[in-house]
Amino acid sequence: MAVQVEPGSGDRGGEGSRAVELAPPDPPSAAVPTAGDIAAAAEAPVPGYHPELERIEIQLLLEGIYRHYGFDFRSYAYASLRRRIWKRIDADRLKTISALQDRVLHDPSMMERLLLDLSINVTAMFRDPGFYVAFRRDVVPALRTYPFIRIWHAGCSTGEEAYSMAILLEEEDLYDRTRIYATDINEVVIRKAKEGIFPLDRMQEYTQNYLRAGGTRSFSEYYTAMYDGALFAPRLMRNIVFSQHNLVTDRSFAECNVILCRNVLIYFDRNLQQRVHKLFYESLPIYGYLGLGSKESLRFSGFEDNYEPVDRREKIYRKIQ
Amino acid sequence: MIAVGASWGGLKALRAIAHGLPPHFRVPITFVQHRSKESAGLRDLLQDCTALIVCEVEDKQPIMGGYIYLAPPDYHLLVDGDEFSLSVDEPVRFSRPSIDVFFESVAERFGPEAVGVVLTGANEDGAEGLRQIVARGGRAIVQDPRTAESAIMPRAALRAVPEAHTLPLERLTPYLISLATSDESMRPRRGSNDEARA
Repeated sequence: MAVQVEPGSGDRGGEGSRAVELAPPDPPSAAVPTAGDIAAAAEAPVPGYHPELERIEIQLLLEGIYRHYGFDFRSYAYASLRRRIWKRIDADRLKTISALQDRVLHDPSMMERLLLDLSINVTAMFRDPGFYVAFRRDVVPALRTYPFIRIWHAGCSTGEEAYSMAILLEEEDLYDRTRIYATDINEVVIRKAKEGIFPLDRMQEYTQNYLRAGGTRSFSEYYTAMYDGALFAPRLMRNIVFSQHNLVTDRSFAECNVILCRNVLIYFDRNLQQRVHKLFYESLPIYGYLGLGSKESLRFSGFEDNYEPVDRREKIYRKIQ
Repeated sequence: MIAVGASWGGLKALRAIAHGLPPHFRVPITFVQHRSKESAGLRDLLQDCTALIVCEVEDKQPIMGGYIYLAPPDYHLLVDGDEFSLSVDEPVRFSRPSIDVFFESVAERFGPEAVGVVLTGANEDGAEGLRQIVARGGRAIVQDPRTAESAIMPRAALRAVPEAHTLPLERLTPYLISLATSDESMRPRRGSNDEARA
């Protein structure tokens, strides 16, 4: 991703020309608006409620972020984006999206905070245990027949699910011949993932998940409890390659036997989802597996006919054409 | 859009509402019920008592009349244009799905065409969302706390929206039906269910 941070670029001038660029391609007749028109546009059916104005403000904010910093959130799902933007506005005690735009464009540290808000996905080890049960039952037998296994975990966040997959494959005696490419748009979470340290207070929940996911050992074998966190065994890390990758702008980097992308695409709008599904389709060989989140669907992906369901409930698919 | 939030004791209340809705009911209605991550049986329990189609929402599912939509466990549910959208953002007030999150997005999307219904529950989720539905011109209905299995949630909703319409459970569904038939703005604007399926 091209990140162009230009410190001190607050005074850029040329406002007029940029306003022209942002105007719709075919503006309605060039009549000069009257005071009455302006009042009518500002009048909301319910006082203080301007959903269309808010949408304009969000579009301007995202356009500004894209053109100044290079991060492209313009095709993210609007409802979640809107919620995350307002959380940042409230946390910084601002009043409007336009005020946030002012801060974001002139203060790179504000952009960094907003970037974390907009791009981090919450996750857990062995999230949706049923998925791992199905993976063991339906996918592992096929993987056994491969001399070398490549898994792409797209949108891995802080790495919990990549470590979960490493544990599962170690228990199935497949980990020695596996490489997990775990990628995320956000470098901060990738650095965190590489540390392999997760909060101690979540180990009880993760142990429960692990057992329900069909774990065959004792979960505590996999980590060392330290003062400030649970350090996962370095042997789990050895075949995971964590790297920064942007699903919106970057291309495929390898052919993979399995692609896991769970609860990441829900943050994208339908068009962007379709583009990412194209990327996944092109990165899988025939009979390659695709694992989505439990409430995600191939129905609107444009590629539904190219896959067959392996486990309908857990959203595991296999590419057939 | 009729948005219904329930927590402790919600199963009985939701079943009563589902049971009372006629097969030709065409206003989209959505249930957000707090439940454990792994609970999968709620859809079937609701489907058993209604002629409408009960559907656990998937990401980007179009919103149509003739359905009872159910928020899936362990996701936040939102509306986005004419579709549903999901998120795994942090739980809000320890809940995912959060009734507040859903109601806020319904308020933003549907404005005066939104109806928020807060039912039984032992926490205060839904109160803030109901306030926002009303602030954006929508209607508020709260189950009469005296008839709720747990009165905490309806009481909190009434503190946030004192002018909300308060009804005992058995009169709730008839009221929703009368709203749906009398109020032009409540009718779905995008064709009927049958057209959408074709």
